[in-house]
Amino acid sequence: MQLTNRSIQVVKKELTLSERLYFPAILKGMLITLSHLFKRKATIKYPEQDRELAAVYRGQHVLKRDDAGAERCTACGLCAVACPAEAITMESAERKKGEEGLYREEKYAKIYEINMLRCIFCGLCEDACPKEAIFLTDRIVPSSFTRGEEVFGKDILVESMTERVDVSKRQTPEVLSFKNDKKHKHNQTYLDRKN
Amino acid sequence: MTDSMLIYKIILCVIVFAVSLGAAAYMTWGERKLAAWLQDRVGPNRAGPLGLLQPIADGIKMIFKEEMIPTHSNRWLFILGPSFFMLCACMTGVVIPWGAGWQSGETLYPMQVTDINIGLLYLLSVVSIGVYGVMIGGWASNNKFALLGALRASSQMISYEVAMGMALIALVMMTGTLSLKEIVAQQDAGFANVVYQPLGFIIFLICAFAETNRAPFDLPECESELVGGYHTEYSSMKLGFYLFAEYINMFISSAIMASLYFGGYNFPFQHELGLDGNVLTAVQTAVFFGKILMFIFLFMWIRWTLPRFRYDQLMNLGWKVLLPLAIANIIITGFVMLFTGKLG
Repeated sequence: MQLTNRSIQVVKKELTLSERLYFPAILKGMLITLSHLFKRKATIKYPEQDRELAAVYRGQHVLKRDDAGAERCTACGLCAVACPAEAITMESAERKKGEEGLYREEKYAKIYEINMLRCIFCGLCEDACPKEAIFLTDRIVPSSFTRGEEVFGKDILVESMTERVDVSKRQTPEVLSFKNDKKHKHNQTYLDRKN
Repeated sequence: MTDSMLIYKIILCVIVFAVSLGAAAYMTWGERKLAAWLQDRVGPNRAGPLGLLQPIADGIKMIFKEEMIPTHSNRWLFILGPSFFMLCACMTGVVIPWGAGWQSGETLYPMQVTDINIGLLYLLSVVSIGVYGVMIGGWASNNKFALLGALRASSQMISYEVAMGMALIALVMMTGTLSLKEIVAQQDAGFANVVYQPLGFIIFLICAFAETNRAPFDLPECESELVGGYHTEYSSMKLGFYLFAEYINMFISSAIMASLYFGGYNFPFQHELGLDGNVLTAVQTAVFFGKILMFIFLFMWIRWTLPRFRYDQLMNLGWKVLLPLAIANIIITGFVMLFTGKLG
């Protein structure tokens, strides 16, 4: 019975004289390897030479601050829910009086940890975030000697105001408008749906 | 032999020894570079400019590695194996004429350590003694993989030595001498021997690959089946000796092929250049090294192109193809010599 039309009948035919002589085939193979001698090398000499990353490369995460320097994250936990690798954990806390410059909303993440060994860099946390707080960047996660070091806390994740992380390549106006477009069901809250 | 000649010979001995060691060291570098280039990579480029200090780094690494001698091995044979292999590899270089010779006053200092009249026989015998190094090492390791590797090495070397010797007999019939110096000198006048002995050369080339345990005949090592083959149990500089001796063998067999079949240090129109004797010798030596480099390149090029032969294919090729071809070559050479009246 033929299951697919991709099956090929095996034919064990006698080798021709030139095939039995080996030499033509050997010469052909040697010419192929010789042609590779003059090809462009695929190697990127890393420390001296950086690999060119795509504009939407998904690397180490950043927790953004707003322009006033307050953390955008409100510890809603949507990123943790969206994460298929369960790499994100957080603990929320209430903003106290006088901390308005530090946190944008009344609630903030006291602890925010991403386990970089679990993370699969899919970017779903970024898609889930309603506050535009978490982004994946083109930075590569550095290696470490222990597993513990690979659990990144807020000290590493939150951007510093002196060296702000540019995410404009990931968050183009089109992306932003798409995320806020209530026409799409996944952007609607239960309040939107009730109306 | 005069005193000055004796001193000259000793110096030449040391130079040949040093050159073959240095060449072998830089062949490891060359092999890695070439392998990388053929695979679209860059190759070693961290140690020194272009990675040229890599062999030194490798040597230092080898020396400082822990030296292990397995408890169940035969201690003396275990040490004897690599030493013997290295010794045989270094011994072959003495009969090769590296150039015509230096003229100093009345005397001519030949660029050959010794011109024995059985040079070719000496080469064959030293090369075949070399297999004992592999055999002793594999046996003394008291390890299945090592023993299998050693068995393969010895049967392979014995099989291919027959065809190799037969290929050389046709050459010897033609040249009428076993002295390498004579053979090279004869090629000065006419064409290189490869023109008269193309089949013999191809047989010799294939056998040289098998004798030096190079791909596609690297069954004695055969990483994918036998761990490391005969040197599975070896570590540190003893392992280094095995690997190093293999490169020396490659260098020497390239030199032998160049001098037997490709005219040695001779090159076309060398006497029309109007060069002085000593200058000509220097140029000749350079040309000879160029020829050797060509063969080394061929060795490496083939290694990074062809997959390994299966063991039965190897034996079939040796006994059923190369040996009959070599005998046919002898007969053809005999007939041609008979009919062209070059006999005796």
